[in-house]
Amino acid sequence: MSLSPTDLAFVANLVRRESSIVLGPEKEYLIEARLVPVARETGAANVADLVARFQRSPDPRVRQRVVEALTTNETSWFRDREPFRALTDMVVPDLVRARASSRHLRVWSAACSSGQEPYSLAIDLQRTLPPGWTYEILGTDISTEMLDRARKGEFSQVEVNRGLPAQLLLEHFERVGAYWRIAPGLRRAISFQQLNLAVPMPAMAPFDVVFLRNVLIYFDVETKRSVLRSVGRLLRPDGWLFLGGAETTIGVDDNYVRVTTGRTSAYRLRSGAPMAAAGKG
Amino acid sequence: MRAIVIDDSRAIRLILRRIVGQAGFEVLEAGDGKQAMEVLAGLDGAPELALIDWNMPNMNGLEFVAAARGDQRLRDMTLVMVTTESEQSQVARALAAGAHEYVIKPFTSDALMEKLALLGLVPSGAQA
Repeated sequence: MSLSPTDLAFVANLVRRESSIVLGPEKEYLIEARLVPVARETGAANVADLVARFQRSPDPRVRQRVVEALTTNETSWFRDREPFRALTDMVVPDLVRARASSRHLRVWSAACSSGQEPYSLAIDLQRTLPPGWTYEILGTDISTEMLDRARKGEFSQVEVNRGLPAQLLLEHFERVGAYWRIAPGLRRAISFQQLNLAVPMPAMAPFDVVFLRNVLIYFDVETKRSVLRSVGRLLRPDGWLFLGGAETTIGVDDNYVRVTTGRTSAYRLRSGAPMAAAGKG
Repeated sequence: MRAIVIDDSRAIRLILRRIVGQAGFEVLEAGDGKQAMEVLAGLDGAPELALIDWNMPNMNGLEFVAAARGDQRLRDMTLVMVTTESEQSQVARALAAGAHEYVIKPFTSDALMEKLALLGLVPSGAQA
């Protein structure tokens, strides 16, 4: 039984209230498809019954599951390649010069989903940082279910097929039953924490690099602005921000300048960025 | 660009033909490694890509990879294993023999395209 327009609007409003993610009318199929497993888990007869039951008796656990089901996205290793190439070819050499005294980098993978992004970052940092350097990566996501998966660091064969070079599979994973488990050396430097980007963020030590990719597209302009402002406060003045290919700070927050590198762009804070290298924006 | 799909399953050959065909490859087929070597011997130049199953009669995928690596005419052909063999030691053997990439079955068309993007054979972000 499919959802009525009123039910769809109810679910979209709930998700928007909880996560600031905007689900437009074109997401009708996604809403129904993603809620089928939640209906099954909670004993509802179908998705319409799930929504009706929740409206009668709003169980916070069901609310969390609905929001999680509609805000998590599939991901792959080294997603889109180019940002990771920019990280290893431009950002790491820049920060190795700038952090010569501390020899330590802090990286934030915001909206890290099931962990492919922070683990990809760890693989690249381990490969490119000079001997004697250390790094730490924080992976955050709104979904506790995704964070549990990320912490576990076990990936199915379908997941390790997605963008992970076979050589890196051999170097950084071990086969455990039907899964591939991330090597302990990579896991040590990564911590995971639940965080909703759309609400005021907790105090954290500043980051040298922030990957905030493919998440702003789901927010309205006001929320985008607020998230970029909060991220700006957590980014070191000479730090680097990476957004998704369809995302930009331009027209949203003019405290950033865009730096074009290869076939991708990164963003730096206007106050801290070397203007000669910065593109318009 | 040309690709040769080497698999003893006609169904798998059809699936792979469709995926790489949509990415713009002209697709040749062979049912095993030996047949693939015969097809390749009749061509003017080597295809850019070979998608290779492991377990096949006559000449298996690993033997084909070794043979292709030892053949000067095929030196520029990118070799991708596409197989149900999923043990870590088997991935290592295939790479040691000269395979450039390894895709474990079952796979999605996106996964295969991402591997081809890694190898520079299709643009990054290309969808099947």
